Amino acid sequence: MLVVRQLTKSYPSGGRTLTVLHDVSFTIPDGAFVAIVGPSGSGKTTLLGLLAGLDTPTAGSVLLDGAELGTLSEDARARLRGEKVGFVFQSFQLIPTLTAAENIAVPLELRGMRNAGVRARTLLDRIGLADRADHLPAQLSGGEQQRVALARAFANAPRVLFADEPTGNLDSATGDRIIQLLEELNRESGTTIVLVTHDTALASRAKRIIRLSDGAVVDDRELAA
Amino acid sequence: MSARWRDLARLAWRDSRTARSRLLLYMSAISLGVAALVAIDSYSANVVRSIREQSRELLGGDLSLSSRTAFPPSVDSLLDTLQRGGIPVGRSTTFTSMALVPHAPAPRLVQVNAVGPHVPFYGTIETDPPGRYAELQQGHTVLVDGSLLVELNAKLGDSLSLGSARFAIRGTLQNVPGDVGIASSLGPRVYIAEKWVPETKLLVFGSRAQYDALLKLPAGTDPKTVVNQHQPTIDSAHVRTRTVQDTERSLTYDIQQLDRFLGVVALVALLLGGVGVASAIRAYIEEKRDPIAVLRVLGATSRQVLAVYLLETGVLGLAGAVVGAILGVAAQMALPHVAAGVVPVTVVPRLEPRAIGTGIAIGVWVAVIFALLPILGVRRISPLEAIRHDAAGAPVRRILSDWPRLLAFVALAASVVLIAIGRAGNVRRGIAMSAGVGAALVLLAIAAALVARVTRRVLKEHWPFVVRQGLANLYRPANQTRAVMLALGFGAFLMSTLYLVQRNLLARLTASAVETRANLAFFDVQSDQVKSVDSLIRAARAPVLQQVPIVPMRIAAIGSRSVSDALHDSRRASWALRREYRSSYRDTLITSEKLVAGTWFNAADTAARSGPWPISLDADLAADLGVTLGDTITWDVQGVRIPSIVKNLRQVTWARFEPNFFVIFAPRALASAPQTTVFLTRVMDPTARAALQRAVVVHDPNVSTIDLALIQQAIDGIVDKVSIAIRFMALFSVATGILVLLSAVAAARRQRLREGVLLKTLGATRAQIGRIMLSEYTVLGLLSAATGLVLSLGGAWALMHFLFDSPFSPAGPPLAVLALIIVALTAGVGLSSSRDVFAETPMAALREQ
Repeated sequence: MLVVRQLTKSYPSGGRTLTVLHDVSFTIPDGAFVAIVGPSGSGKTTLLGLLAGLDTPTAGSVLLDGAELGTLSEDARARLRGEKVGFVFQSFQLIPTLTAAENIAVPLELRGMRNAGVRARTLLDRIGLADRADHLPAQLSGGEQQRVALARAFANAPRVLFADEPTGNLDSATGDRIIQLLEELNRESGTTIVLVTHDTALASRAKRIIRLSDGAVVDDRELAA
Repeated sequence: MSARWRDLARLAWRDSRTARSRLLLYMSAISLGVAALVAIDSYSANVVRSIREQSRELLGGDLSLSSRTAFPPSVDSLLDTLQRGGIPVGRSTTFTSMALVPHAPAPRLVQVNAVGPHVPFYGTIETDPPGRYAELQQGHTVLVDGSLLVELNAKLGDSLSLGSARFAIRGTLQNVPGDVGIASSLGPRVYIAEKWVPETKLLVFGSRAQYDALLKLPAGTDPKTVVNQHQPTIDSAHVRTRTVQDTERSLTYDIQQLDRFLGVVALVALLLGGVGVASAIRAYIEEKRDPIAVLRVLGATSRQVLAVYLLETGVLGLAGAVVGAILGVAAQMALPHVAAGVVPVTVVPRLEPRAIGTGIAIGVWVAVIFALLPILGVRRISPLEAIRHDAAGAPVRRILSDWPRLLAFVALAASVVLIAIGRAGNVRRGIAMSAGVGAALVLLAIAAALVARVTRRVLKEHWPFVVRQGLANLYRPANQTRAVMLALGFGAFLMSTLYLVQRNLLARLTASAVETRANLAFFDVQSDQVKSVDSLIRAARAPVLQQVPIVPMRIAAIGSRSVSDALHDSRRASWALRREYRSSYRDTLITSEKLVAGTWFNAADTAARSGPWPISLDADLAADLGVTLGDTITWDVQGVRIPSIVKNLRQVTWARFEPNFFVIFAPRALASAPQTTVFLTRVMDPTARAALQRAVVVHDPNVSTIDLALIQQAIDGIVDKVSIAIRFMALFSVATGILVLLSAVAAARRQRLREGVLLKTLGATRAQIGRIMLSEYTVLGLLSAATGLVLSLGGAWALMHFLFDSPFSPAGPPLAVLALIIVALTAGVGLSSSRDVFAETPMAALREQ
């Protein structure tokens, strides 16, 4: 469960303080599939960073399974991410010097899991990329890279998966395949999915849409199944 | 400047705006090399200029004649004739003796300078109290080096015995033109008037002395003409001549040799700096991919982009070189203090525009030529990258099919060779040096490739993740293994080679002392003194380790040709024909000798005979004399002709604390010839050693003694002085190595930062990231140090074997310490320059999209 209470984030900018998020509150129950939408500059990415513990709020709190992220040290947040959080980025963010299998194994190995390599290859097999295990990211197509990124995000069986414009760099057919994978994982393993996008068609695949504008929640509604 | 170039220059200036200070830091890799070059060249130019200005003072006159024996009547009458013709002549005699002060525990070996009136004609010998040199001719007085007063615990006014004569100490020597300070550490100087020499009774049979006559020629007279006029007299008397020009030439030559050697070390620092610039520029271009892509979108041709970055490199290289020149001038001002006592002139530091200009020019050129290869990479940046980050640039082509890169590579290699030739002073040495540097770099590059390959093989799945991750960084794409190994390995190679050579040279002296176990020598013992010296040694309960007879002689003829005849033969070295030999006779080889040709003396050789006596020659001397086994040499032993036949050749290790000889006769051959004897003994207790020296010198004043501890101290002093100069230069290489390491780390910084941030996003703690980097840099440091050190074993062996003709023994523990320092340095520099990887928040991963 992800609980957000009166979240505010400000940055010093050119001698002034720029408030990017004002007093945002909502709760995302386990197993939800939520899309956070809004135009450029509405504060989507900032909110995602705070939800995942990549950044700390100026005021308010984020509770992930009861742990208040703002009070944890950076390393404690890192450990929490390693255990409970998965990420998918618009530009894939694979480590360019690691092979596909090695990229997937990283979160497992950071937790000291044995046989991480074997598990990485199993995951690659599941996303249909078994034959690309030893390829570097630069040797993969955009769709393949995003599938590897998705496998990496799911390697640790996270409680929450954050996806930031996951189809932004892909053609529509490949993008659709990625979303199907997300839906499958949400349905089959009950992983909470938080999707950030400005693409309304993509957002409509979620079960709930939180709309941001100028750093505030302007709309929060469940979609009919 | 055309408008087009002006535009490009403006673009270059603006482009560098955000990175100028960082780029300047990388350019400081060049600065240190330039500083070293400028310092050495300026200092050497200062010294050469000072020598030119002070050369008459250095010689003390316009022309000097010198001989190892007292001048024969022919030379004496020549000097009288010259003097009557209005040419002032001054005389001096230099020899070693024991000096003794009544209450001092031990006598001290000193260099006695017995000078006649008017010597020197030029320059002044400064004393404390001032003006005492002028009074030297008046009474039984001496002037001594201040160090002698300390060693003998004496003061002004005390009486000092030299042989049978006594003198009052009137003052200390402050400055003697032409005397190198360290020379006096072997034996402090003592000045007396020449007229007292007979009274000392020190110059007896077999004593070594140098007899000099100094001439002051009328202004405008060329000393060479005077020499040419009297050449036959001079030649037949075995007298050497020296003019002001000779002094100047030989001193200048020595200084230039030192300059070349130190210059090579400086050049290595500069080349290392070049490697640093190359990796810094590579990192810079990588960072500039986006702006370059944008420039390309806006219509800039790849040639224009190339010109922009070349301009930036040139200007920054110039700035780096100018900073280096300023540093170099500062170091030049400090060098006279470092080198005090090594150089025979008073060096006045002056700016040397030529040295500064050359240093800056070479610096800029090295910066540009090394930067050229990475700068050519801008051609491959596609304008598409401006709109798509993942758009790949043009693929890297093989260097052979990419002519601009090939050309840049050839220009780089040619520049290195040309600069090396310029520095080394001749083509062969220049090529040998670049080949040596090249070979070391190629071997390091091969080692780096091997490291990458082997690491990939040995990495095991069950190793801890952070270790595997760190080690895998050694072979993964865009790794810094080669750059770091080149920089660090080369620095380690240089430092360690210098250290090993120095250590082996010193060890050679100490080892010989251990082998002979002698620590005290008595020499110039006359035949009638052998018994008394022997009994004094035994009375002190000390062993006589060696008792060696010495017979002075000259070559009279080789085969049927007289020496003067043989001198015309270009195959024979004139020094070997002219010199006085101090030979010995015995029936066994000693430990410092190895038979290399022929057979050793047998019973028949030692029996009385009428024909030529068998002799053993030093193999190198035989080569210089142009003789081999079976050839005959006739010797002049105090006027008696002794024929000999070469029976065998020996290889002699000269640097041992025991008497070694060019020529050994079979026993009996010289048994009845006039001779002196050397005794070697061992007395461990310093007080007892001093007492024995004192007893012998009091009983037989002409006998000289050498205490090995003092010799070792003196040699250590000299080696220390020289090694300070070398270390001073090596320091530039090491400092450059650190800068190169910094830029190599910076080259991979962007990638490291991105990786670090992503790892954090995926749950890595800072400690985990730190451990990954630590394992990478530790292994890099360890492998660089190991490779450099192993190479240095080869390099030092080669230097000892080919240059110093000595055996080589490696030194384990000090090298291990050096390796540890390098590893610590690498890990320290690597981690501290990766601080931003720790500091960057994972939010950057989201923002970067």
